[in-house]
Amino acid sequence: MDQVAIPPGHEVAEHGHETPTTGTGVSNTKLAMWLFLSSDCLFFGAFISAYLFYRGRPQPGPHPVDVYNIPFTSVTSFILLMSSLTMVLALAACQRGEMRRFRIWILATALFGATFIGGQIFEFTEFTRQGLNLDTNLFGSSFFVLTGLHGAHVTAGIVWLMSLWGLAMQGRIGQADSERVEVAGLYWHFVDVVWIVIFTVIYLIPK
Amino acid sequence: MTTVSDTVRAPARRLRVLRRPRATTGFWSWFTTIDHKKIGIMYGTTALAFFVIGGVEALLLRLQLAGPNGTLLTAAQYNELFTMHGTTMVFLMGMPLAVAFGNYLIPLQIGARDVAFPRLNAFGYWGFLMGGLFIYSSFFIGGSAPNGGWFGYTPLTSTPLGRGFLPGHGPDFWAVGLIILGIASTTSAINFIVTILNLRAPGMTFMRMPVFTWMMLVVAFLTLFAMPIITAALIMVYFDRNFGTNFFQPANGGDPLLYQHLFWLFGHPEVYILILPGMGIVSEILPVFSRKPLFGYPVVVFSGIAIGFIGWGVWVHHMFATGLGPVAISAFALSTMIIAVPTGVKIFNWLATVWRGAVQLRTAMLFALGFIAMFTLGGLSGVLHSVVPADTQQTDTYFVVAHFHYVLFGGLVFGIFGGFYYWFPKLYGRFLNERLGKVNFWTMLIGFNLTFFPMHFLGLLGMPRRTYRYDTGLGWDFLNQLETIGAFVIAFSVLVFIVNVFVSRRRGQVTGNDPWDARTLEWTTPSPPPMYNFAEIPHVEARDDLWHRKYTEDETGHAVRIPSGAAVAVEERPAGGGGDDEHGGEDHGEGHGVHMPSPSYFPFILALGLPILGYAAVFHALWLVPIGGLIVAFGLYAWGIEPQTEP
Repeated sequence: MDQVAIPPGHEVAEHGHETPTTGTGVSNTKLAMWLFLSSDCLFFGAFISAYLFYRGRPQPGPHPVDVYNIPFTSVTSFILLMSSLTMVLALAACQRGEMRRFRIWILATALFGATFIGGQIFEFTEFTRQGLNLDTNLFGSSFFVLTGLHGAHVTAGIVWLMSLWGLAMQGRIGQADSERVEVAGLYWHFVDVVWIVIFTVIYLIPK
Repeated sequence: MTTVSDTVRAPARRLRVLRRPRATTGFWSWFTTIDHKKIGIMYGTTALAFFVIGGVEALLLRLQLAGPNGTLLTAAQYNELFTMHGTTMVFLMGMPLAVAFGNYLIPLQIGARDVAFPRLNAFGYWGFLMGGLFIYSSFFIGGSAPNGGWFGYTPLTSTPLGRGFLPGHGPDFWAVGLIILGIASTTSAINFIVTILNLRAPGMTFMRMPVFTWMMLVVAFLTLFAMPIITAALIMVYFDRNFGTNFFQPANGGDPLLYQHLFWLFGHPEVYILILPGMGIVSEILPVFSRKPLFGYPVVVFSGIAIGFIGWGVWVHHMFATGLGPVAISAFALSTMIIAVPTGVKIFNWLATVWRGAVQLRTAMLFALGFIAMFTLGGLSGVLHSVVPADTQQTDTYFVVAHFHYVLFGGLVFGIFGGFYYWFPKLYGRFLNERLGKVNFWTMLIGFNLTFFPMHFLGLLGMPRRTYRYDTGLGWDFLNQLETIGAFVIAFSVLVFIVNVFVSRRRGQVTGNDPWDARTLEWTTPSPPPMYNFAEIPHVEARDDLWHRKYTEDETGHAVRIPSGAAVAVEERPAGGGGDDEHGGEDHGEGHGVHMPSPSYFPFILALGLPILGYAAVFHALWLVPIGGLIVAFGLYAWGIEPQTEP
């Protein structure tokens, strides 16, 4: 609709591939995702700050040393990191038009992410069993809310990846749509990078 | 997972049959429109409605304070009203009005046909409306409206229901409602940034961009980085109230100061989010009615950017009374003095713009000049607060109320009203009535000063903020009475404006494309502009491009109008080389026809889900979660699958 009998001008485009040339050279969609992620950095930054602000305050237990199981969390963190690798492979496959391979890699990415979430659920359950809850102490409050929101981000990412997989199964995503995959990938890598920060700052650096 | 796609596919296809009415007019088109101009008008109308509501709240507050020992309101009602007045004026009036101007004008000023993400734009509006209605619904179903101040200091707001001092669900509505509004304003910020960075017409380099667009770019970045911080703080408040966390509970080791830091780390950039659009509008109006170019354009732009940066380093001046120690306080006192510099630079640039110009005192110009005068007063009382001993004395007195009303009312509101008078002819093809406009301006200027200037004295006399009544014999009676009279003069002024809009829309003097003989691209389009804005994407060759199309210089350096025969009529001017290649949309081989994005239901549907989830969060109503969740999921998937433009 809105066919207007005037000569062609530039297109208003929501998907970058419709406008190969933009003011910055970056497609609209990708630029928007970068901006969203930069905003999300401050969101996580606020929660990480709150955690650090309260770290080491005299409080009733359990304390981090009592509950952290660093080898276990290291394994699930490694799995999450590996999902970034499979995400890259999925994107590469999509860009080359190898859609069968794309579906395998995107499914693998989602599965790795789900494994991480499974690990987080196990960890939360274990902490609760050891007497750490949201309201136990400042550590409990700041730890659960921070890692819980990260988990929510990963979960949203998994839903996104599975949606792409579902679309690919129906043949609705092909080589031409690789940017949709790329944008999802940007989000996924960001969630991984944030986890590296969280894992380092709250698990590994001793107080 | 295939089921997800299957279920989504069917309704999306079904709705597509419903959608795409050929008409873009009529009642229902407002729900589906993705035209940035219509959305701009929707933002503006809604924000003005909230302006009136917030104004009525202010009148009630002033009536209560008109004399000593007022009996109109109870203490609890007073708390609700001053909280909602502040929340409304900041989040539901100030920010959305700036977005309204940005929405309408940015694509026109940079020579684009729409914003980068038209549907996201519509979602931003619906999210704003839903968030506003959600917060206001607390008056009827929450037991109490938000009542902990627009700043919501903890532990007052974060103490769980029944254990704290605040009755009702007010703080829950406040926290969740602001999160919804934050989502909406973040999407519109992303949209503005991408639009400005990516969709500028050929030749529209950064240093040729109109100052209003520049300031909106800075504002969008400030919004982008400020909203997540308050969102995080609000989530902590919400968890403290509802799930027993201890973020801000001193009894369990929590530290209320953390909240203040997070809030003001958002809150101070927020001040610039509110004032920079006003500065941008004034920078557009002054040159046009002074018949001179803006004095020191690069300096105006760079001082705006500087304000955007330094604005992140001054938040502690809201917390000087909290005892942070001399080092922190000195550092932030210094940064507060420093940020006055770029602001002062702008004021001198505006004065120099008007200096020896052929000034035309139209209403828009009057408001712009009023902006300079009133904002300068606010700036002066503001920089006083960088003097820590003075600030400690004035904290929580009416002096502070006077200060920020001079900045936000004398600044933002005067700028916005100037913008109304300046751009109304572009929106509706008719002038606003000048005679009513003059009445509007003068009553507003008088009423404003009558209301807020005495507050300086009351503050210095020791009258505290947020008290619902005061005793007689403290020397406050007369000044308070004066302020209440002033508030009603402002109300009269706003009424005159509303009458003016309704009268002028129907009977106002008809205008052409360029009634003010202006300088920027929006005045090259018809009034009102067509859906696609520009038949041909303009090719920009200079700053104030339109001016240079109309005028040239003679040997003495004076502006001479290019004879109309020789002048290339604005619309007929060739698009210039590279215009089409530069942005090169697909040429569909049809030879002609601009594909504009088609209307969509889904931004509205997606936004509809947010308050439902909000009610679930406030009342712990688990049964609402699947309903809201399904609406959101449906909106997201259908949106994701829907093509932007119908083939």
